[in-house]
This record gives sequence, structure tokens and C-alpha cells, in this order.
Amino acid sequence: MIVSVNWLSAMLGRELDPDDAAERLAMLGAPVEAIEHVRPALDDVVIGVVEKVEKHPNADRLTLCHVDAGKGVVEVVCGAPNVREGAKYPYAAAGAVLPGGLELEARKIRGVVSNGMLCSARELELGTEHEGIMEVRTDAAPGTPLLEAMQLADTRMDLEVTPNRGDLLGHKGVARELGAAYGAPVKLAVIPDAPAEGPAPRMVKERGTVDGVEISIEDVEGCPRYMGAVIRGVKVGPSPAWLEARLRGIGQRPINNVVDATNYILFELNQPLHAFDLAKVRGNRIVVRRAHPGEQMVTLDGEKRELTPEMTMICDGEGPTAIAGVMGGGDSEVSDETNDVLLECAYFDPKRIRATRRKLKTSTEASYRFERGTDIEGMTDVLRRAVALIRAVAGGEEREAAIDVYPKPRKAQAVFLRPARVEHVLGTPVPQEEIERLLLSVGFPVAPKVGRLHVQVPGWRPDVTREVDLIEEVARLKGYDSFPVELRPLRPSVVPDDPVEPVKARVRSVLTALGLNEARSLSLSSQAGEDAVRLLNPLSVEDAHLRQDLLSGLVRSAERNWAARERDIRLFEMGTVFHAGGEGVPRESLWLAAVISGASAPPHWSSSGKSPDYDLWDVKGMFEEAARAAGADGSVVAAAAGWELRDASGEQRGRAGMLEADRPAWAAPLFGFELSVSAAEQPYVAYRGLATTPPVERDVALVVPDGVTAQAVESAMREVAGALLVDSRVFDEYSGEGVPGRSVAWRLVFRAPDRTLREEEVDEALRGVLTTLKERLGVERREA
Amino acid sequence: MPNPASPKAELEAIAQAVDRVATADAATLAELKTEYLGRKAGRLTGILRSISGLPPEERRAVGRRANELKQELEAAISSREAALESEVARPSDVDWTMPGRHRWRGAKHPVASVVDEICEIFRELGFTRVSGPEAETEDYNFTKLNIPLDHPAADEHDTFYLGPGVLLRTHTSPVQARTMERYEPPIRIVVPGVVYRRDPFDPSHSPMFEQIEGLVVDEGVSFVDFKAGIDYFVKHFFTADTAVRFRPSFFPFTEPSAEVDVQCQICHGSGCSTCQQTGWLEIMGCGMVHPAVFENCGIDSERYTGYAFGMGMERITMLRHGIPDIRLLFENDMRFLSQFVE
Ligand SMILES: [Zn+2]
Repeated sequence: MIVSVNWLSAMLGRELDPDDAAERLAMLGAPVEAIEHVRPALDDVVIGVVEKVEKHPNADRLTLCHVDAGKGVVEVVCGAPNVREGAKYPYAAAGAVLPGGLELEARKIRGVVSNGMLCSARELELGTEHEGIMEVRTDAAPGTPLLEAMQLADTRMDLEVTPNRGDLLGHKGVARELGAAYGAPVKLAVIPDAPAEGPAPRMVKERGTVDGVEISIEDVEGCPRYMGAVIRGVKVGPSPAWLEARLRGIGQRPINNVVDATNYILFELNQPLHAFDLAKVRGNRIVVRRAHPGEQMVTLDGEKRELTPEMTMICDGEGPTAIAGVMGGGDSEVSDETNDVLLECAYFDPKRIRATRRKLKTSTEASYRFERGTDIEGMTDVLRRAVALIRAVAGGEEREAAIDVYPKPRKAQAVFLRPARVEHVLGTPVPQEEIERLLLSVGFPVAPKVGRLHVQVPGWRPDVTREVDLIEEVARLKGYDSFPVELRPLRPSVVPDDPVEPVKARVRSVLTALGLNEARSLSLSSQAGEDAVRLLNPLSVEDAHLRQDLLSGLVRSAERNWAARERDIRLFEMGTVFHAGGEGVPRESLWLAAVISGASAPPHWSSSGKSPDYDLWDVKGMFEEAARAAGADGSVVAAAAGWELRDASGEQRGRAGMLEADRPAWAAPLFGFELSVSAAEQPYVAYRGLATTPPVERDVALVVPDGVTAQAVESAMREVAGALLVDSRVFDEYSGEGVPGRSVAWRLVFRAPDRTLREEEVDEALRGVLTTLKERLGVERREA
Repeated sequence: MPNPASPKAELEAIAQAVDRVATADAATLAELKTEYLGRKAGRLTGILRSISGLPPEERRAVGRRANELKQELEAAISSREAALESEVARPSDVDWTMPGRHRWRGAKHPVASVVDEICEIFRELGFTRVSGPEAETEDYNFTKLNIPLDHPAADEHDTFYLGPGVLLRTHTSPVQARTMERYEPPIRIVVPGVVYRRDPFDPSHSPMFEQIEGLVVDEGVSFVDFKAGIDYFVKHFFTADTAVRFRPSFFPFTEPSAEVDVQCQICHGSGCSTCQQTGWLEIMGCGMVHPAVFENCGIDSERYTGYAFGMGMERITMLRHGIPDIRLLFENDMRFLSQFVE
């Protein structure tokens, strides 16, 4: 919402300092997002009084004016028909520069020297009027800068208005807040040239007639109140400069006097109005009803709209002329030919307006306000002021009091407030007098009752419906900063911590220690797997599904890193993956994934700047360590091309291996893994006694035939050697000349917990192992 | 040749020799190696060969000791060889300015670090840390939180829908409702988690971001407690002298509602481009829990009061590290992430 500081200042009867006003508004709940100073390029233009008008000696259509502009009287040649003695006009002396860059000079016009000029609104870019010079009604002395006399320099504030405060979408509402802050009453500006306000509207149920126009409400839910006034004999044309200046001040484009007047009221009082050209209201009647199913209409913007019964329509004798509260049709708009105007001032149901504008995908100044709730109680005053304004700027007459169709007048809203509850919620006592004063300062009259206050809620605050709303008003108006910051005793939470958090912390510390950076990717993905969860309203097809795995996202991250010429990649990520589940809500599970590629250690000069690249065995090792950190109850087993993590029931809970990727020629292979993370509690480590007996080591190189795995060999060794074999570790592998299959070397460590092993015992155990290996797997000891 | 008649004495002599290895230069080391472990005439080799000729009662003890010594001596010689090879053995020749050897070290994601830090600060005030699902129902995401879908307040949540009434949560607040339905107060929780808004990526928006939600419910929790809790957090997360201000605002699930500004961490209040010349940075939305939310979650709104808050982690992370574009937090660029190694 853009507000003009001049406009607000006029309502408050004081010159507002924009920065201070912005600060106060922020502390009342309506922060100012931007302050913009608007200053037309009129520094050279001053107020001039025409003291005498003479005929130009050589031209019938021109006059010679004696102008006092503060520095003695000068002669100015003028062509305007409306110039008159005693009036004040904008005067620009020779040498002045006008907006648009025109520099004036003293020159002869038909033989008489003209010293500068008297200006029209259009020449000053203050309006569209150009048939005459612009008369300025002001008390300012001749020579006063025009900017000052007409308050043309203004400041715009862009206010952030929360959805509950529709009342701040008009200057009066904003002025009311500032009035409370500064202790100043709010008064609407006097309309120049306004006729006396006409009679009050006549209230009727369901239908009534005003000056020959019948108005009826059939859709009372959608339109609880509809007022109409008829103004006959208007002259549509440009608005006076003051009105155009107000609208331009808030960035609105003037259109014509009638429309400008309705817009002025919109921005002043937050009540959208609609002016119909009465000649185009067919059948001289207005019916407010629901749209019929399948009904259509073309709106002002040229769009053909499909209507539905939840929409409220403003119809004339033959059909819809406007979608209530959202947009008119092109047919009945006010134009230059308009003589008689039907002015609509209505209240439309916020929920229905919201549903309508969402369905039409169109938001207007009117729908925005109706959706937030306008003041149903203040409409009478609004309409009378609007009629007076239109008559002031466009002429015309109101021959009959306006009609006010109001089938079920709403009772005044009231809410009870307990001062004790104010203290309970706010944590500090607020005296009852202060509560009353604060509420009254923004228009809530308060009547004290026993133990509680009866608070009347003004029509412009439909957001206030219960006690706590008033408590907020008290806190807000008192100032949040006036409440103490005081840490008082508290009781700790009964809610247990999420058990998965320590697991995540452990995974992070293990994987960062292994050199991996933690990644974070969007959960949105282009991949449409079988049970992928699809978004109904994605931003794009690339992001139309929820991810089903983390690894493919990390592969893309690796590719982006390669695109940035980064060869060494080490990333891991923990996050949610989604699968379609029962009852429409997807199944979510927490996964961990990682990718590695490139050097396995930072290069160092001692090894000529080369360190080995990551390979399959690095990823297998990391996979195993990650599984352990993630508390996976399962084991890593070899699979087709890589490894799988299988839980106790044999279910696959993760996988690892080399990854397919769009890899530049200079990049190293990409390896990765992913596994499911669960909140399984990790038991404390149970201490095992340290061995006191010496170990006996034996290195054995074995010839392992094709098709026999190291794992098979090792389990056979452990099975045969039993508890004496405390450790077995592969330390070499060789295949090539002289070896059928391959040669794998193990270092075996034997130890008995209770005694020192004899060499013979170890030799015997080893013999047993070798015999079994030969019988079962065809594995033999390699001859040295 | 040493006297083979006293292998035990010989072994003790050899044991003494092990100590000489540690200080030997390259030439001496080669000599020691030949002297004790030489294939032909090594003293230890000799003893090992002679074991079979010993009386049975001596054989075992000598054999074990000889083998032990052989292992020790071999290990000592290879350590010494490695040491002599590296320059450390000749301190006077070392250029001590040459770069040290490092391992890769990884970084926790900066957003995760901020989340953990904030949760730990609230833990000091008795908060526990909980989580909830990312896919939610309209009921939990909106209705129970007093956000009617037919109210303009719902427009602030541009929502991704997965099906009728099913959506990606737009804030972590649904966990508030889930927790209140399950536990009797006192409740003090922080809820970190990702949330989704239908905003295209730009320098300050992302369709997915991390939020921390907080909720306190107990008897007698007031606006003063609320201010104190938030103030405690700000003073511990930023600095103890950081100015804080509470501005009235509107959220359907809190009342009174507030937005919290902290003194701009960059210009310290004098005004800069980050704070749009205001000297303040908005960091969270919060307020006293709206009684309608209590009523929707089966909590007595007359007996209990409480406060709730929510803040965006990316924004706070960006402020903390001076990161100009939110997308950097999702691109997984190694050059970016590696900067956060601790
Ligand atoms: Zn700043």
C-alpha cells in the first residue's frame, strides 16, 4: 500500500516527518518498505497574482496581464480565456526551465514583450487540463514557490500491510494509527467547491428505487449491503489539479473526474466504488445475484470469463454488467459521453470474493480490499462523501436520496476483555485506565463492567473477534518494547528428543573426518519412478517429482563440479526420500548418500605432487564405516558390481560401487554409496579385557582358484582355527606368471587368552586350516 | 665365530646391540645388519640354525627368545632405514618452511551448523529437539494452525500440492500441532526441518529451505517470558550486546504476533545495503500461541498459554557468512563447501 505523507499530514493537521512516521508505523505493525521523495521539476515556478488584465494592443485573443510575482509587477502576454484579475497562477519568469526542459526567454509577442508566462496544468505536467491556465487557490504570497504553495513535493511510503489489517489499505486507517501514536485526531480534508452533502441514504430491505433505478439483492450472502446513488448531469472531463496531484502522489494515473473521484475515495477510505454510466444500465435496474451455471461475460480487460454460482454478479435488466467486487464489464463504464451516473457502494463477502478472484486468477484493487474485509458500518458516510466529491469535480445533481439495500443490518460487534487476563497473557500489569485509553485511541469505545470491559469493535476492524485480539491491541499500542525482558523460572520439556538426531550427528562427524563435504540438494527431481510422488503444481517439469533416492542428485552435483573444472569431489548428503504410500500421504525415509572422485589425499611435494585416486576399495571402506556410523544393523556383502548392505532379514538397505556419470575425459572415476539411516539406538561399548598373552603371527600366501572368494577362504579359516585365530587380514594379492588363478596373502594372528601358545600348537592349527582349504575350496599354500 | 656353547649369553649380547640401531648412521646400520642378520654369518642367524642341536630343555626357551629378538631387530632396522631416508634425520639440512602433509577434511554444511547451534542454545532453556514429516495434510499445515484456506493469510504460503488435501509442508509448524496432540504440557520444543514454498529459485528465494520452529506451552507463560526467551537466543547466537526489537505483526497461529529485528551485524545499526539502510535485520516471526490453535489441538486455552517462533536458516546462514545468493547453499560446489571446514 502506497501512502502519501502530504495526504496523511492533511488528515492529522500536522506536518509529518516521514522517517519518524515510518518508524512509528513499523512499531505499530505496518513496516514501511520504502520511502520515496517525489518532487516535480518546478523549482523555477512561483505564485503570481494577476493585478490587471488588459487587451493586447495587436491581437484579439491575447491579453496583457500585469503580474506581481514578488519582485515588482511585470507584463506578461497571455492567451488563456480564463485569466481574471485578482487570481493566482503559476508564473515562470524569463530564464525559468519548465518540466520537459523548455527554457523561457523574454520575447516579443505581436509587438509586445512578454516577461515569462502564466502556465497551464499540462505545461507543468501537473494534469491534463490545457484549455486554460491553472488557477491556484492559496493564501501564499506572490513569489512563493509553487512547490510550497501547492504542497507538490510529497513523500511516498510503501507500507507492508498484513492480511488482517484491511483498514490500513486507506489513508484514513493509516492516519488513525499515526493519530494514536502522536495523540492527534483524524479529520478528512475539506473538498474544494463541494456542494452541501445531500440527504442520508434511505435504508430498505431486499429492494428499492432511487431516481427511477430499481436495486435489489438476491444473493444476500454474497452481498449483504448495496447502496446506490444517482447523479444526473455530470460533465466528464479532466479532474482539477488538486485531485490529480493526490492520485499522482500515490502513483495512480488520473483517468477522468468521475473515475478519479471514486479512486480518491478508494485510497482515502478503503471503500471500492463503481460508477456506472446510467444510460448503459439496461432496464434501469440493478440485480445482485449469483451467476448461473455456465454463464459467461466479457470483462473490462477483454477476457471472456466463465462464471460459476459462487460468484456474485451485478446485473442490469438484461444480464451481468460486473463481477461483484472484482471487475466490471466494458459496456457500462463511464466515458466522455456520460451524463448520468449510478454510483455503487457495496459490501461483498470476503470469502466469496476470495473464491471468485482465485477462480478468475485476477486480483484488482477492489477485490484485494473486499477480500480483507471493508467497513460495512461506515458505508453511509463514504457514499455521501463520494457523491459530494463527484459533484464537486464533475458537477451534476443528486435528485433523490441514495438507496441503501441492507436486508439484515448487522449488530454492532462487541468483545469482553478481562483486565486480569491482559496481565496474565502479557506478564505485566496494565492499569485499566491505560487499557481503555489505548483502545479508544484507535476507535474502540470501552464500557467498564464488573471484572471486565465491554469493548465495541468498530466496523473497520473485522479482524477483532475475541479477547486475545484486544490483548494484542493493548500490547501493540502500549509498545512491545515497553514490556520487560526478564527470564523467569521455567519447567523443562516433557517431550523426548528425536532419537535420529544423534545418529545424524555421528554420521556427519565420521564422514567429514573422512574428508567428505556435506551437501544439500532440493528434494524435487525430474525422475518419475514407478512409485514416485508427483507434484500437482510443479514449478517446471524438471522439478515435478519428489526424489526417491539421494545418489542421483549427488551424481548431478558431481557433474556440476566437473563443469566448474573441479576434479576432486567428495560429497555426502542426508535427507528424506519419498515413495507413494497409502492414503495419499507418501512414505518418507531418511537416507545417506556419498560420492567420491579424484585424489584420495591432497597432493604433497614429498610424493611429487601425486596422490593416488580414489578407487573401489576406498568406497567400500567408506561404505562400511558409514553403515556403522548410521547404526545399520546389517553387513556389507558383495553384489553384482559392487556391494550391498543387507539387514538381518536379508533386506537391502544400501548399495555402493562405481557410478555412471557424464564424465569429462580428464575426470577420475566416480564412486558412491547410499544407505538407509534409522534411529536404532547404539548400545554403549562393552569393554573387552586386554590380552596379556603374546600373539603369534603367521603369513600365508594361498593360491586361490578362479571363482573362490576371499570371504569364503576367510570364513573357512575361522571355522577351522576357532577361537585361537583372533585376527586375519589380507595384505597382498598377486596374479600373473606362475600362478594359476591368483595368489592372496593373509596375515593370521593366533592367541590363546589364558596361556602362551606353543609354536607347535600354532603349526598344528595352521595345518588344519590348510587341509580344509584344500579339500573344500581347492586352495593351496603357495610355494615360495 | 662366537662360542656356540653359550647361546643364552650370546642372545643377551645381541639384545644389547638392538639399542645401537636407533642411533646408527647408514654405514653402521649396514654393518649391524650383516653382523646379526647376515644369511651366512649373522650371529642371530647362527643361533636360529643351531637350535635343533640344543638339549631339549633349552631348545624352547632359546628358540622363543631368538625369534623375539629377530622380530625386534628387523623392526628396529627398518624404522631406522626409513628415518635415515627422510630428511628429519639430518635436521641441519631441513627447509622447515616446506608445506606440511594434510589429509582431506570435510565440512558440515553451513546450514546444518547453524541449525545445531541454535538448537543447542534453546536446549539451555529446557527445549528438546523433535521433527516431523515433510509431506503433510492441509489439516495440520493450515486448519489446526488457525489458517483458514479461505483467508488471505493462506496466500503467504504458496503451496506445492501432492494430492487432494496433501501437500509439502510450508512451515515446520505442523509439528506444533502434532506435539500438542500427543503430550501434556510443559512442552518446550525446537523443530528444525526443510519446508517448501512454490517460489522459483532466485538470489533470495528457494522452493525448499530449512526452518526452525519453536513452541512453548505451559501454565503462566507470558509475553514477558516470550520476549526473554527470544532475547536469550539472540544474545547467545549473535553477541551479548546485540540490540533486539520486537515489532507487532500478524500470523494466524500467534497473538500477539511479532517480528524480531536484530541490530544489523554488518553496519552495527548505522545503515548499509544489507539492512536496506534501516540498521535492523528481520530474523524471525513469533508470538504468543493463539488460543484457537490450543483449542484445535485439545489443549485448555484458558489454563495454558505459550509462545511460538519460526525462522529461516538459510537467511541466517547467509547473514552469518556474508553469502550473497541462496542458491550457493544448494549447488554443492566443492569450492564453496570446502570453505566451511572447521
Ligand atoms: Zn546494515
